[in-house]
Amino acid sequence: MNESPIRAASVLATGALFVSACAISDKSTEAPQLRAELCDGETTVDLEKTPTTREEGQAVADAMMAAWSAKNPDADWESDVRSRHWIAPAHDNSALLAAGQGSGVPGRAFSERDLLVWKRETERLVVEGARIFHSGDELGSTIAVSCDMCHPDAANTHPETYPKYQVQIGEAVLLRDMVNWCLEHPVRAPRMTEDDPRMRALEAYMIAQRTGTPLSYGKH
Amino acid sequence: MTIESVETKYMKSREQLMRSLLNVDRRSFVKVSAAAAAVVYAKGLAFPHSFQPVTVEAGGAAGGPDAEPFRFAYVSDSHLYDKTLNDRFVRSLLRAVDDVNALDPQPDFVLYGGDLAQLGQPTELELGAQILRELKAPVKMMVGEHDWYLDLGEKWRSLFGEDVYSWDHKGVHFVVLNSVVEEDFWTARGLTPMERMKTVAGLDNRSQSNFQVGPAQRAWLEKDLEPFAADQPVIVFSHSPLYHLYQPWNFWTIDAPEVQRILSRFERVTVIHGHTHQLLTNRIGNIHFHGLLSTAWPWPYAPEGLPELTVQMNRPNPFNPQDGCGDGHVEVHADGLVDKVYNLWNRNPVTVTRAYLASNGLQSPPAASNVASY
Repeated sequence: MNESPIRAASVLATGALFVSACAISDKSTEAPQLRAELCDGETTVDLEKTPTTREEGQAVADAMMAAWSAKNPDADWESDVRSRHWIAPAHDNSALLAAGQGSGVPGRAFSERDLLVWKRETERLVVEGARIFHSGDELGSTIAVSCDMCHPDAANTHPETYPKYQVQIGEAVLLRDMVNWCLEHPVRAPRMTEDDPRMRALEAYMIAQRTGTPLSYGKH
Repeated sequence: MTIESVETKYMKSREQLMRSLLNVDRRSFVKVSAAAAAVVYAKGLAFPHSFQPVTVEAGGAAGGPDAEPFRFAYVSDSHLYDKTLNDRFVRSLLRAVDDVNALDPQPDFVLYGGDLAQLGQPTELELGAQILRELKAPVKMMVGEHDWYLDLGEKWRSLFGEDVYSWDHKGVHFVVLNSVVEEDFWTARGLTPMERMKTVAGLDNRSQSNFQVGPAQRAWLEKDLEPFAADQPVIVFSHSPLYHLYQPWNFWTIDAPEVQRILSRFERVTVIHGHTHQLLTNRIGNIHFHGLLSTAWPWPYAPEGLPELTVQMNRPNPFNPQDGCGDGHVEVHADGLVDKVYNLWNRNPVTVTRAYLASNGLQSPPAASNVASY
């Protein structure tokens, strides 16, 4: 069987899924069937002929992405969460792109691409936090209570005041300790371990929503 | 010979007194009341606690038709799930019902301020109706968005009747509005009824529309108020505040300015709203605004837009169950203006007086919080 990979198209799909290369196999020994395969190794689209123009290539890529999206309906979860909840934007680092910035220092000259990656990856953690914050199921609530029911937009979570002596707990605590208290009591959910990915995302979201507020640990 | 129990005799004398009160003016009411008291004293009976002679105030300072002083109670925003899923919100509503039933004298009626259910499900609304039936005083129902957006009010109306109505009581004209009308955001997106409900149920969910009263209800309101002169005391109930406070949380009614314009010709207007779950006070022109407490949970104050007249309640203590929640009542005075009593559970009640609002905050301010919002 002859494999003749052809770079047919590359598509930047919504939701930042980047399809970099696709393979079209010409299974001439079995049947005169052209088949394009997506880089997930699973999704394929049958072709009548080899695409020769950009438009034809794009049509193949679109068809494959449509097939992939149908199989992965939650792939665009991030923009889904963003359509529902306000997410404070991460810090604007564009000053780092100013002429001369970092020049001559290895690893300190940043590109727009660097800034884009930082922003996208950082905000994704925050968006994940927003998703969990608003979901009783994700939090493990046994009474269908989620954080946003008392803290819309993470209001009154005041992450900037931790660590502080929490009188009712009787010791100095971190934000995550208060989250665990809330989980056990108002939310009636099991505690999370400190390295639970949900706890990390929740902290990220609460801190992000208070951006611009001065830190004042110990504040009551 | 018929033997009558003490209770039957009491009910008969009460019935007789109530009949004699029909069609008497206030001055006569005092006489009748005093006469009844004398009779009861003459018989050597003590007053049952729910049957005290009441003090009737002098006529309204503002002139015009006077209201007869009375009180009504409120319970609001209970957000019930099925009782098997969440018992906490059920217990809280039961507590409010006990509070109101213990009021002495009893209120003339109880306003339910909306959001009886959390997700508008029939079982949630039926549970709420079952609990509210325990109230001794008659109940006036108002709808909230949590009651409405699963079936667009079908179940709610089958249990409680019309969502928009008015009535007159002791010289005051009362209006209940449905202020949680949202433009259709669900059809184009192909949302299921439950997806629509859950979208509206999220206070900070931006993928919904804002609330409005809508042109049809505004036209109805204008017509409903048409027969009344400017000195008629009017009290309006709306679930969302009938002013613009904070749009991202729907502490906002789009066409509030139009509704205010309809109400603005009246000298004595009070608007009482649910939805905000907190002590909230505002005045726009002659219109006095008061919020209602929730029985389920308190909301934080909005990060901006708080009316100047609002004296914030203390920051709720999460370690104190039901803190920042509660119920309360409203004292309607002869001048048609009201004192609003916030019965905060686990704290001293707070009264926002009509003098405070009428003086634009110069007189009798409520006690200020010593634990402000972050």
